[in-house]
Amino acid sequence: MNLSITLTVNGRERMLALPDPRVTLLDLLRDRLDLTGTKKGCDRGHCGACTILVDGRRTNSCLALAISHDGADILTIEGVAHGDTLDPVQAAFIAHDGFQCGYCTPGQIMSAIGLIREGQAGTDPERVREGMSGNLCRCGAYAGITEAVLEAQRALDAAEQEQAA
Amino acid sequence: MYDFAYHKPTSIADAVKILAADPDAKPVSGGHTLLPALKHRLNQPSALVDLSGIAELRGIKREGDTIIIGAMTRHGEVATSDIIKSAIPALAHMASTIGDTQVRNRGTMGGSLANNDPAADYPAAAMALGAKFQTDRRTLAAEDFFQGMFTTALEPDELLIAIHFPVPKKAGYAKLKNPASRYSMCGVFVADGAAGIRVAVNGAGPGVFRQEAAEAALSANWSPEAVAGVKQDPDGLNSDIHGSAEYRAHLVTVMTKRAVLDAG
Ligand SMILES: Cc1cc2nc3c(=O)[nH]c(=O)nc-3n(C[C@H](O)[C@H](O)[C@H](O)COP(=O)(O)OP(=O)(O)OC[C@H]3O[C@@H](n4cnc5c(N)ncnc54)[C@H](O)[C@@H]3O)c2cc1C
Ligand code: FES
Ligand code: FES
Repeated sequence: MNLSITLTVNGRERMLALPDPRVTLLDLLRDRLDLTGTKKGCDRGHCGACTILVDGRRTNSCLALAISHDGADILTIEGVAHGDTLDPVQAAFIAHDGFQCGYCTPGQIMSAIGLIREGQAGTDPERVREGMSGNLCRCGAYAGITEAVLEAQRALDAAEQEQAA
Repeated sequence: MYDFAYHKPTSIADAVKILAADPDAKPVSGGHTLLPALKHRLNQPSALVDLSGIAELRGIKREGDTIIIGAMTRHGEVATSDIIKSAIPALAHMASTIGDTQVRNRGTMGGSLANNDPAADYPAAAMALGAKFQTDRRTLAAEDFFQGMFTTALEPDELLIAIHFPVPKKAGYAKLKNPASRYSMCGVFVADGAAGIRVAVNGAGPGVFRQEAAEAALSANWSPEAVAGVKQDPDGLNSDIHGSAEYRAHLVTVMTKRAVLDAG
Protein backbone atom coordinates (compact mmCIF):
# COMPACT_ATOMS: atom_id res chain seq x y z
CA MET A 1 0.00 0.00 0.00
CA ASN A 2 1.35 3.42 -0.92
CA LEU A 3 0.96 5.63 2.12
CA SER A 4 2.65 8.77 0.80
CA ILE A 5 0.86 12.10 0.71
CA THR A 6 1.68 15.67 -0.12
CA LEU A 7 0.26 18.45 2.03
CA THR A 8 0.69 22.19 2.00
CA VAL A 9 1.04 23.12 5.66
CA ASN A 10 1.09 26.82 6.50
CA GLY A 11 2.20 27.61 2.98
CA ARG A 12 4.97 25.03 2.82
CA GLU A 13 4.71 21.88 0.76
CA ARG A 14 5.48 18.68 2.63
CA MET A 15 5.96 15.18 1.26
CA LEU A 16 5.11 12.66 3.93
CA ALA A 17 5.30 8.88 4.12
CA LEU A 18 2.77 7.63 6.67
CA PRO A 19 3.65 4.61 8.80
CA ASP A 20 0.03 3.49 8.89
CA PRO A 21 -3.38 4.58 7.50
CA ARG A 22 -4.68 5.23 11.03
CA VAL A 23 -2.70 8.48 11.44
CA THR A 24 -5.05 11.45 11.81
CA LEU A 25 -4.14 14.95 10.64
CA LEU A 26 -3.95 15.90 14.32
CA ASP A 27 -1.36 13.24 15.17
CA LEU A 28 0.55 13.98 11.99
CA LEU A 29 0.79 17.68 12.82
CA ARG A 30 1.78 17.13 16.43
CA ASP A 31 3.98 14.04 16.28
CA ARG A 32 5.56 14.27 12.83
CA LEU A 33 5.69 17.96 12.04
CA ASP A 34 6.21 19.20 15.62
CA LEU A 35 3.33 21.62 15.16
CA THR A 36 2.01 21.15 18.69
CA GLY A 37 -0.10 24.31 18.73
CA THR A 38 -3.08 22.26 17.60
CA LYS A 39 -4.40 20.52 20.70
CA LYS A 40 -5.93 17.14 21.40
CA GLY A 41 -8.86 17.43 23.78
CA CYS A 42 -11.44 14.69 23.34
CA ASP A 43 -10.05 13.03 20.18
CA ARG A 44 -13.72 12.30 19.27
CA GLY A 45 -15.03 15.38 17.43
CA HIS A 46 -16.74 16.99 20.41
CA CYS A 47 -14.51 19.75 21.75
CA GLY A 48 -12.94 21.55 18.77
CA ALA A 49 -9.49 21.91 20.41
CA CYS A 50 -8.01 20.32 17.28
CA THR A 51 -9.67 22.73 14.81
CA ILE A 52 -7.58 23.59 11.75
CA LEU A 53 -8.53 24.93 8.34
CA VAL A 54 -8.47 22.32 5.56
CA ASP A 55 -8.83 23.92 2.14
CA GLY A 56 -10.26 26.91 4.03
CA ARG A 57 -12.87 24.93 5.95
CA ARG A 58 -12.94 24.48 9.72
CA THR A 59 -12.15 20.86 10.45
CA ASN A 60 -11.74 18.66 13.50
CA SER A 61 -8.28 17.28 12.72
CA CYS A 62 -8.79 14.42 15.20
CA LEU A 63 -11.45 12.90 12.92
CA ALA A 64 -9.63 13.43 9.62
CA LEU A 65 -7.41 10.63 8.37
CA ALA A 66 -4.21 12.08 6.95
CA ILE A 67 -4.14 9.51 4.14
CA SER A 68 -7.49 10.81 2.93
CA HIS A 69 -6.12 14.36 2.54
CA ASP A 70 -3.48 14.03 -0.17
CA GLY A 71 -3.08 17.43 -1.83
CA ALA A 72 -4.90 19.40 0.90
CA ASP A 73 -4.00 22.92 1.96
CA ILE A 74 -3.75 23.18 5.73
CA LEU A 75 -3.60 26.19 7.99
CA THR A 76 -2.77 25.74 11.68
CA ILE A 77 -2.34 28.22 14.52
CA GLU A 78 1.41 28.36 13.76
CA GLY A 79 0.65 29.81 10.34
CA VAL A 80 -1.72 32.67 11.14
CA ALA A 81 0.63 35.43 12.36
CA HIS A 82 2.74 37.38 9.87
CA GLY A 83 6.18 37.34 11.46
CA ASP A 84 5.82 39.29 14.69
CA THR A 85 2.51 40.80 13.66
CA LEU A 86 -0.38 38.91 15.18
CA ASP A 87 -3.48 38.05 13.21
CA PRO A 88 -6.31 40.43 14.23
CA VAL A 89 -8.11 37.47 15.83
CA GLN A 90 -5.07 36.62 17.95
CA ALA A 91 -4.72 40.26 19.02
CA ALA A 92 -8.41 40.44 19.92
CA PHE A 93 -8.19 37.28 22.05
CA ILE A 94 -5.38 38.92 24.05
CA ALA A 95 -7.19 42.25 24.33
CA HIS A 96 -10.41 40.63 25.55
CA ASP A 97 -8.98 37.86 27.76
CA GLY A 98 -10.46 35.24 25.48
CA PHE A 99 -8.78 32.45 27.47
CA GLN A 100 -7.60 31.29 30.85
CA CYS A 101 -5.48 28.13 30.70
CA GLY A 102 -5.15 28.50 26.93
CA TYR A 103 -5.66 24.86 26.02
CA CYS A 104 -8.71 25.43 23.82
CA THR A 105 -7.34 28.71 22.42
CA PRO A 106 -5.61 27.57 19.21
CA GLY A 107 -8.80 25.75 18.23
CA GLN A 108 -10.93 28.77 19.20
CA ILE A 109 -8.75 31.10 17.13
CA MET A 110 -8.76 28.83 14.07
CA SER A 111 -12.52 28.46 14.39
CA ALA A 112 -12.95 32.24 14.71
CA ILE A 113 -10.78 32.81 11.64
CA GLY A 114 -12.93 30.30 9.77
CA LEU A 115 -16.16 31.92 10.98
CA ILE A 116 -15.01 35.38 9.87
CA ARG A 117 -13.86 34.08 6.47
CA GLU A 118 -17.24 32.40 5.99
CA GLY A 119 -18.75 35.85 6.43
CA GLN A 120 -20.82 34.52 9.32
CA ALA A 121 -19.43 36.42 12.33
CA GLY A 122 -21.41 39.66 11.94
CA THR A 123 -22.19 41.88 14.92
CA ASP A 124 -24.70 39.76 16.83
CA PRO A 125 -23.17 38.02 19.88
CA GLU A 126 -25.76 35.22 19.71
CA ARG A 127 -24.76 34.49 16.15
CA VAL A 128 -21.10 34.37 17.13
CA ARG A 129 -21.88 32.00 20.01
CA GLU A 130 -23.77 29.70 17.63
CA GLY A 131 -20.99 29.94 15.02
CA MET A 132 -18.39 29.04 17.67
CA SER A 133 -20.46 26.25 19.23
CA GLY A 134 -18.06 23.56 18.00
CA ASN A 135 -15.38 24.85 20.35
CA LEU A 136 -15.71 24.11 24.03
CA CYS A 137 -13.79 25.89 26.79
CA ARG A 138 -13.41 24.11 30.12
CA CYS A 139 -12.33 27.40 31.71
CA GLY A 140 -15.53 29.05 30.59
CA ALA A 141 -13.88 32.00 28.88
CA TYR A 142 -16.85 32.26 26.55
CA ALA A 143 -17.68 35.90 27.33
CA GLY A 144 -14.16 37.01 26.36
CA ILE A 145 -14.11 34.71 23.33
CA THR A 146 -17.35 36.18 21.99
CA GLU A 147 -16.09 39.72 22.58
CA ALA A 148 -12.80 38.87 20.85
CA VAL A 149 -14.53 37.51 17.75
CA LEU A 150 -16.81 40.56 17.51
CA GLU A 151 -13.81 42.86 18.00
CA ALA A 152 -11.76 41.05 15.34
CA GLN A 153 -14.63 41.34 12.88
CA ARG A 154 -14.94 45.08 13.65
CA ALA A 155 -11.18 45.57 13.22
CA LEU A 156 -11.23 43.76 9.87
CA ASP A 157 -14.25 45.78 8.70
CA ALA A 158 -12.53 49.03 9.71
CA ALA A 159 -9.32 48.05 7.94
CA GLU A 160 -11.30 47.21 4.83
CA GLN A 161 -13.13 50.55 4.90
CA GLU A 162 -9.82 52.37 5.34
CA GLN A 163 -8.43 50.56 2.30
CA ALA A 164 -11.49 51.40 0.26
CA ALA A 165 -11.31 55.07 1.25
CA MET B 1 -7.99 1.89 16.55
CA TYR B 2 -7.18 -1.55 15.26
CA ASP B 3 -5.17 -1.60 12.05
CA PHE B 4 -6.95 -1.60 8.69
CA ALA B 5 -6.07 -1.50 5.03
CA TYR B 6 -7.03 1.63 3.12
CA HIS B 7 -8.52 2.06 -0.33
CA LYS B 8 -9.52 5.23 -2.12
CA PRO B 9 -11.37 4.21 -5.28
CA THR B 10 -12.42 6.85 -7.80
CA SER B 11 -15.57 5.16 -9.09
CA ILE B 12 -18.67 3.59 -7.55
CA ALA B 13 -17.99 0.37 -9.47
CA ASP B 14 -14.49 0.05 -7.99
CA ALA B 15 -15.74 0.78 -4.47
CA VAL B 16 -18.43 -1.90 -4.73
CA LYS B 17 -15.89 -4.38 -6.13
CA ILE B 18 -13.58 -3.87 -3.14
CA LEU B 19 -16.47 -4.18 -0.68
CA ALA B 20 -17.80 -7.31 -2.38
CA ALA B 21 -14.37 -8.99 -2.28
CA ASP B 22 -13.90 -8.34 1.45
CA PRO B 23 -16.90 -8.85 3.73
CA ASP B 24 -15.12 -7.09 6.61
CA ALA B 25 -14.34 -3.91 4.66
CA LYS B 26 -16.42 -0.81 5.42
CA PRO B 27 -17.05 2.41 3.53
CA VAL B 28 -16.06 5.70 5.18
CA SER B 29 -17.46 9.06 4.12
CA GLY B 30 -17.13 11.93 6.61
CA GLY B 31 -15.75 9.67 9.33
CA HIS B 32 -17.56 11.61 12.06
CA THR B 33 -19.34 8.53 13.32
CA LEU B 34 -17.10 5.73 12.10
CA LEU B 35 -13.75 7.13 13.30
CA PRO B 36 -14.94 7.68 16.91
CA ALA B 37 -16.32 4.11 16.84
CA LEU B 38 -12.95 2.81 15.62
CA LYS B 39 -11.12 4.79 18.29
CA HIS B 40 -13.36 3.16 20.91
CA ARG B 41 -12.51 -0.20 19.28
CA LEU B 42 -16.22 -0.87 18.86
CA ASN B 43 -15.60 -1.94 15.31
CA GLN B 44 -12.81 -3.80 13.55
CA PRO B 45 -13.07 -3.46 9.78
CA SER B 46 -10.31 -5.16 7.79
CA ALA B 47 -10.27 -2.23 5.37
CA LEU B 48 -11.74 1.21 4.94
CA VAL B 49 -13.03 2.19 1.53
CA ASP B 50 -12.76 5.98 1.44
CA LEU B 51 -15.60 7.44 -0.65
CA SER B 52 -14.15 10.95 -0.78
CA GLY B 53 -12.42 10.33 -4.12
CA ILE B 54 -15.63 9.43 -5.98
CA ALA B 55 -16.90 12.51 -7.77
CA GLU B 56 -20.15 10.77 -8.81
CA LEU B 57 -21.22 10.66 -5.16
CA ARG B 58 -21.19 14.43 -4.69
CA GLY B 59 -23.48 17.22 -5.58
CA ILE B 60 -27.02 18.52 -5.48
CA LYS B 61 -29.29 18.84 -8.49
CA ARG B 62 -32.93 19.38 -9.36
CA GLU B 63 -34.62 17.15 -11.93
CA GLY B 64 -38.23 18.18 -12.44
CA ASP B 65 -39.92 18.00 -9.07
CA THR B 66 -37.16 16.01 -7.41
CA ILE B 67 -34.03 17.14 -5.58
CA ILE B 68 -31.22 14.60 -5.91
CA ILE B 69 -28.48 14.73 -3.31
CA GLY B 70 -25.31 12.63 -3.66
CA ALA B 71 -24.45 10.46 -0.66
CA MET B 72 -21.08 12.22 -0.13
CA THR B 73 -22.66 15.67 0.06
CA ARG B 74 -21.64 17.34 3.33
CA HIS B 75 -24.21 18.71 5.79
CA GLY B 76 -22.75 22.21 5.30
CA GLU B 77 -23.37 21.98 1.55
CA VAL B 78 -26.99 20.95 2.15
CA ALA B 79 -27.47 23.83 4.61
CA THR B 80 -26.17 26.45 2.18
CA SER B 81 -27.33 25.09 -1.19
CA ASP B 82 -29.45 27.59 -3.12
CA ILE B 83 -31.25 24.73 -4.86
CA ILE B 84 -32.32 23.18 -1.55
CA LYS B 85 -33.02 26.51 0.14
CA SER B 86 -35.49 27.41 -2.58
CA ALA B 87 -37.10 23.96 -3.11
CA ILE B 88 -37.09 22.45 0.42
CA PRO B 89 -36.02 25.18 2.87
CA ALA B 90 -36.90 22.93 5.83
CA LEU B 91 -34.23 20.44 4.71
CA ALA B 92 -31.57 23.16 4.49
CA HIS B 93 -32.67 24.40 7.91
CA MET B 94 -32.44 20.87 9.30
CA ALA B 95 -28.89 20.47 7.96
CA SER B 96 -27.89 23.76 9.61
CA THR B 97 -28.86 22.35 13.03
CA ILE B 98 -26.61 19.27 12.81
CA GLY B 99 -23.77 19.41 15.32
CA ASP B 100 -21.54 22.42 14.68
CA THR B 101 -19.70 23.90 11.72
CA GLN B 102 -16.76 21.50 12.04
CA VAL B 103 -19.14 18.51 12.03
CA ARG B 104 -21.13 19.93 9.10
CA ASN B 105 -17.93 20.45 7.09
CA ARG B 106 -17.14 16.72 7.24
CA GLY B 107 -20.31 14.73 7.94
CA THR B 108 -22.29 13.56 4.92
CA MET B 109 -25.94 12.86 4.19
CA GLY B 110 -25.17 9.31 3.04
CA GLY B 111 -23.10 8.56 6.14
CA SER B 112 -25.84 9.82 8.41
CA LEU B 113 -28.63 7.89 6.67
CA ALA B 114 -26.57 4.68 6.38
CA ASN B 115 -25.79 4.94 10.09
CA ASN B 116 -29.46 5.54 11.06
CA ASP B 117 -28.71 6.83 14.54
CA PRO B 118 -32.05 7.23 16.36
CA ALA B 119 -30.99 10.78 17.34
CA ALA B 120 -29.87 11.78 13.82
CA ASP B 121 -31.79 14.48 11.96
CA TYR B 122 -32.05 13.41 8.30
CA PRO B 123 -34.12 10.20 8.72
CA ALA B 124 -37.17 12.30 9.69
CA ALA B 125 -36.89 14.44 6.53
CA ALA B 126 -36.45 11.37 4.34
CA MET B 127 -39.46 9.64 5.91
CA ALA B 128 -41.79 12.67 5.86
CA LEU B 129 -40.90 13.68 2.31
CA GLY B 130 -41.14 10.11 0.98
CA ALA B 131 -37.52 10.11 -0.21
CA LYS B 132 -36.15 7.32 -2.40
CA PHE B 133 -32.78 5.76 -1.66
CA GLN B 134 -30.71 4.96 -4.72
CA THR B 135 -28.02 2.35 -4.09
CA ASP B 136 -25.57 0.73 -6.48
CA ARG B 137 -28.13 -2.03 -7.19
CA ARG B 138 -31.68 -0.85 -6.38
CA THR B 139 -33.95 1.93 -5.22
CA LEU B 140 -35.61 1.74 -1.83
CA ALA B 141 -38.50 3.68 -0.28
CA ALA B 142 -37.75 5.36 3.06
CA GLU B 143 -40.14 2.93 4.85
CA ASP B 144 -38.11 -0.01 3.58
CA PHE B 145 -34.69 1.59 4.04
CA PHE B 146 -34.92 2.32 7.79
CA GLN B 147 -35.08 -0.85 9.88
CA GLY B 148 -34.76 0.39 13.44
CA MET B 149 -31.89 1.49 15.63
CA PHE B 150 -28.62 1.76 13.66
CA THR B 151 -30.05 -0.65 11.07
CA THR B 152 -30.92 -0.17 7.41
CA ALA B 153 -31.76 -2.40 4.46
CA LEU B 154 -28.24 -1.87 3.02
CA GLU B 155 -26.23 -5.05 2.47
CA PRO B 156 -22.67 -4.93 3.88
CA ASP B 157 -21.25 -4.42 0.38
CA GLU B 158 -24.01 -2.08 -0.82
CA LEU B 159 -23.35 1.61 -1.34
CA LEU B 160 -25.85 4.39 -0.93
CA ILE B 161 -25.41 6.55 -4.03
CA ALA B 162 -27.99 9.35 -3.80
CA ILE B 163 -31.19 10.34 -2.07
CA HIS B 164 -34.14 11.60 -4.14
CA PHE B 165 -36.42 14.06 -2.36
CA PRO B 166 -39.74 14.95 -4.02
CA VAL B 167 -40.26 18.73 -3.69
CA PRO B 168 -43.18 19.23 -1.26
CA LYS B 169 -45.85 21.93 -1.31
CA LYS B 170 -44.64 22.83 2.15
CA ALA B 171 -42.53 21.36 4.92
CA GLY B 172 -41.22 22.35 8.33
CA TYR B 173 -38.82 21.08 10.97
CA ALA B 174 -38.41 21.65 14.68
CA LYS B 175 -36.18 19.86 17.15
CA LEU B 176 -35.14 20.09 20.73
CA LYS B 177 -31.37 19.80 20.58
CA ASN B 178 -29.21 18.12 23.13
CA PRO B 179 -27.39 21.26 24.29
CA ALA B 180 -23.95 19.63 24.11
CA SER B 181 -23.94 17.55 20.93
CA ARG B 182 -26.95 19.11 19.14
CA TYR B 183 -28.24 15.61 18.41
CA SER B 184 -32.02 15.42 18.47
CA MET B 185 -33.79 14.80 21.78
CA CYS B 186 -36.94 14.90 19.71
CA GLY B 187 -37.34 16.36 16.25
CA VAL B 188 -40.39 16.48 14.03
CA PHE B 189 -40.48 16.99 10.26
CA VAL B 190 -43.90 17.75 8.75
CA ALA B 191 -44.55 17.74 5.02
CA ASP B 192 -47.39 18.19 2.61
CA GLY B 193 -46.03 16.60 -0.53
CA ALA B 194 -46.06 13.80 -3.05
CA ALA B 195 -46.48 11.20 -0.29
CA GLY B 196 -49.41 13.09 1.23
CA ILE B 197 -49.32 14.77 4.61
CA ARG B 198 -46.66 13.16 6.73
CA VAL B 199 -45.26 13.70 10.19
CA ALA B 200 -41.98 11.93 11.02
CA VAL B 201 -40.27 11.90 14.40
CA ASN B 202 -36.57 11.44 15.20
CA GLY B 203 -34.75 11.35 18.54
CA ALA B 204 -37.72 10.17 20.56
CA GLY B 205 -37.86 6.49 19.65
CA PRO B 206 -35.42 3.69 18.77
CA GLY B 207 -35.69 4.81 15.14
CA VAL B 208 -37.55 7.30 12.99
CA PHE B 209 -41.34 6.79 13.03
CA ARG B 210 -44.47 8.39 11.58
CA GLN B 211 -46.98 10.01 13.91
CA GLU B 212 -50.21 8.94 12.28
CA ALA B 213 -52.61 10.76 14.63
CA ALA B 214 -50.84 14.03 13.82
CA GLU B 215 -50.97 13.20 10.10
CA ALA B 216 -54.74 12.68 10.31
CA ALA B 217 -55.20 15.91 12.29
CA LEU B 218 -53.16 17.94 9.78
CA SER B 219 -54.98 16.36 6.83
CA ALA B 220 -58.24 17.69 8.28
CA ASN B 221 -56.81 21.08 9.28
CA TRP B 222 -53.23 22.23 8.61
CA SER B 223 -52.56 24.33 11.69
CA PRO B 224 -50.58 24.15 14.95
CA GLU B 225 -53.87 24.07 16.90
CA ALA B 226 -54.96 20.95 15.05
CA VAL B 227 -52.07 18.90 16.48
CA ALA B 228 -52.09 20.44 19.98
CA GLY B 229 -54.30 17.62 21.27
CA VAL B 230 -52.25 14.79 19.76
CA LYS B 231 -51.00 12.49 22.51
CA GLN B 232 -47.95 10.36 21.81
CA ASP B 233 -47.83 7.06 23.73
CA PRO B 234 -44.54 7.02 25.71
CA ASP B 235 -44.41 3.21 25.60
CA GLY B 236 -41.29 2.16 23.70
CA LEU B 237 -39.77 5.65 23.49
CA ASN B 238 -36.18 6.35 24.57
CA SER B 239 -35.48 6.98 28.22
CA ASP B 240 -31.98 8.05 29.21
CA ILE B 241 -30.01 10.64 31.20
CA HIS B 242 -31.20 13.32 28.80
CA GLY B 243 -34.91 12.72 29.26
CA SER B 244 -37.60 10.21 30.15
CA ALA B 245 -39.94 8.52 27.67
CA GLU B 246 -42.83 10.62 29.05
CA TYR B 247 -40.87 13.83 28.48
CA ARG B 248 -40.06 12.81 24.92
CA ALA B 249 -43.71 11.88 24.29
CA HIS B 250 -44.68 15.39 25.39
CA LEU B 251 -42.00 16.84 23.10
CA VAL B 252 -43.52 15.04 20.11
CA THR B 253 -46.64 17.21 20.40
CA VAL B 254 -44.69 20.41 21.08
CA MET B 255 -42.25 19.85 18.21
CA THR B 256 -45.07 18.95 15.82
CA LYS B 257 -46.79 22.26 16.57
CA ARG B 258 -43.53 24.15 16.04
CA ALA B 259 -42.79 22.28 12.83
CA VAL B 260 -46.21 23.24 11.43
CA LEU B 261 -45.50 26.86 12.36
CA ASP B 262 -42.11 26.58 10.65
CA ALA B 263 -43.77 25.23 7.51
CA GLY B 264 -46.22 28.12 7.44
C1 LIG C 1 -19.81 16.30 17.87
C2 LIG C 1 -20.79 15.68 16.92
C3 LIG C 1 -22.08 16.17 16.88
C4 LIG C 1 -23.03 15.61 16.00
N1 LIG C 1 -24.29 16.11 16.00
C5 LIG C 1 -25.23 15.59 15.15
C6 LIG C 1 -26.55 16.10 15.09
O1 LIG C 1 -26.91 17.05 15.76
N2 LIG C 1 -27.43 15.52 14.22
C7 LIG C 1 -27.05 14.47 13.40
O2 LIG C 1 -27.90 14.01 12.64
N3 LIG C 1 -25.80 13.98 13.43
C8 LIG C 1 -24.89 14.51 14.27
N4 LIG C 1 -23.60 14.01 14.28
C9 LIG C 1 -23.26 12.91 13.38
C10 LIG C 1 -22.76 13.42 12.06
O3 LIG C 1 -23.82 13.98 11.34
C11 LIG C 1 -22.11 12.30 11.27
O4 LIG C 1 -21.36 12.92 10.32
C12 LIG C 1 -23.03 11.32 10.59
O5 LIG C 1 -23.87 10.64 11.45
C13 LIG C 1 -22.26 10.24 9.84
O6 LIG C 1 -21.85 10.77 8.65
P1 LIG C 1 -20.36 10.59 8.14
O7 LIG C 1 -20.34 11.09 6.75
O8 LIG C 1 -19.44 11.18 9.11
O9 LIG C 1 -20.26 9.00 8.10
P2 LIG C 1 -19.09 7.97 8.49
O10 LIG C 1 -18.73 8.13 9.91
O11 LIG C 1 -18.01 8.04 7.50
O12 LIG C 1 -19.91 6.62 8.28
C14 LIG C 1 -21.01 6.26 9.10
C15 LIG C 1 -21.49 4.86 8.71
O13 LIG C 1 -22.11 4.88 7.43
C16 LIG C 1 -21.46 4.01 6.51
N5 LIG C 1 -21.47 4.71 5.22
C17 LIG C 1 -20.99 5.96 4.98
N6 LIG C 1 -21.26 6.32 3.71
C18 LIG C 1 -21.94 5.31 3.14
C19 LIG C 1 -22.51 5.08 1.83
N7 LIG C 1 -22.45 6.03 0.86
N8 LIG C 1 -23.12 3.91 1.58
C20 LIG C 1 -23.20 2.96 2.56
N9 LIG C 1 -22.70 3.10 3.80
C21 LIG C 1 -22.07 4.28 4.10
C22 LIG C 1 -20.08 3.77 7.10
O14 LIG C 1 -19.57 2.52 6.73
C23 LIG C 1 -20.38 3.84 8.60
O15 LIG C 1 -20.87 2.61 9.05
C24 LIG C 1 -22.64 14.55 15.14
C25 LIG C 1 -21.33 14.07 15.17
C26 LIG C 1 -20.40 14.62 16.05
C27 LIG C 1 -18.99 14.10 16.05
S1 FES D 1 -9.79 16.79 19.93
FE1 FES D 1 -10.80 16.94 18.04
S2 FES D 1 -12.73 17.65 18.61
FE2 FES D 1 -11.83 17.27 20.53
S1 FES E 1 -9.01 28.63 28.21
FE1 FES E 1 -8.89 26.79 29.36
S2 FES E 1 -10.12 25.49 28.15
FE2 FES E 1 -10.49 27.37 27.23
